[in-house]
Amino acid sequence: MRKKIFQYVQSHNDDILNEWIELMRVEADERAVQAMSDHMFVKTSSEFIQLVMSNFSDSEEKFQERAVDFSEKIVRLGWPLAMITDGLRVFSKIVEKGMKESGEITLEDYIEFTTEINSWIFPMYKTITEAYTTSWERTVSLQKIALQELSAPLIPVFEKISVMPLVGTIDTERAKQIMENLLEGVVSHRAEVVLIDITGVPVVDTMVAHHIIQAAEAVRLVGAKCTIVGIRPEIAQTIVNLGINLEDVTTTSTMKKGVEQALAATSRQIVEVQE
Amino acid sequence: MMDSSVKIINEWDIVAARQLGRNVAKELGFGTVDQARITTAISELARNIYLYAGQGEITIEKVENGAKKGMTIVSRDEGPGIPDLRKVMEDGFSTSGGLGAGLPGVKRLMDEFSIESTPGEGTLIQSVKWLR
Repeated sequence: MRKKIFQYVQSHNDDILNEWIELMRVEADERAVQAMSDHMFVKTSSEFIQLVMSNFSDSEEKFQERAVDFSEKIVRLGWPLAMITDGLRVFSKIVEKGMKESGEITLEDYIEFTTEINSWIFPMYKTITEAYTTSWERTVSLQKIALQELSAPLIPVFEKISVMPLVGTIDTERAKQIMENLLEGVVSHRAEVVLIDITGVPVVDTMVAHHIIQAAEAVRLVGAKCTIVGIRPEIAQTIVNLGINLEDVTTTSTMKKGVEQALAATSRQIVEVQE
Repeated sequence: MMDSSVKIINEWDIVAARQLGRNVAKELGFGTVDQARITTAISELARNIYLYAGQGEITIEKVENGAKKGMTIVSRDEGPGIPDLRKVMEDGFSTSGGLGAGLPGVKRLMDEFSIESTPGEGTLIQSVKWLR
């Protein structure tokens, strides 16, 4: 029976592919179809079908290898996993329908056919889903590391003055890092003034404000001064609406003003050079 | 009338809810200050769900009342509920060591605000911001 299916699939290669593409266009998630050009869709589809067919002829290891390659590719293209699982289901449906119509399977050997095709399709489900989720997990964990790297750098800009630019959302994890980097950096750079720039923080709610106040307080405890710079007008208004008390923290609207104040606090200033 | 909601289960869902709110506010023509107020209010409500209820839902709807247009933010959870509503609306009251400005802050950020809570059953907060 396995041989029969194999022969059918191989001799009807193109028909199956065309029918599969037709059916998937109707059944699949619209996002997946829209996400790529027609040409790409057809190309990736035919790769998928080839992969499925190679499972017949190739050894287990070789199939595994191809499945991993293909999975990585579709993760990059943004195909959802449902596209793959639906794809396999549609594939076996097409083979079943085709073989029934051509009389290659009859009522008698129908059970044998189903058992055979299932024992072939199910391990494939497993392999492809596993490969797909593994490449996703890898992508996500890499991005997490990338995010952490951009998280909260403390940059010494002048002697005694350091700057920490914050860009993006501050969550609990990041707030912890801000605190750690800040305190460590203040001590190792011998900073007397630290400017925390929040121009790039989209929303300052009570939690973010709370973390900033705590960070400023901790900096004070290690003997430095902390100034919050880059408070945009709309952020200033929401802070007032929320009723957050930032009186104990020095703030300025721009980094430029913050640097000037920090220089003044360390008894220095920037002057123009006379020619 | 379009509405949409975001389930709040982990900390990143707060960002998703905020993003949705900001997009709707932009679409309706709110200015940058009101956009910031709305996203901050959503952030507070979503964070309350995440911190106190574990999970819940933020729903954003466009509303029209005669000539007035605006948007509502509904926060719904089936968490432990709030035993003393008057107390949580006081500035500086917090059970988690935070600033205690969350709910009274949301009330000041929005134009209308109502809260219902049953201990053991959950909390429903509805708030509206009108377009001026």
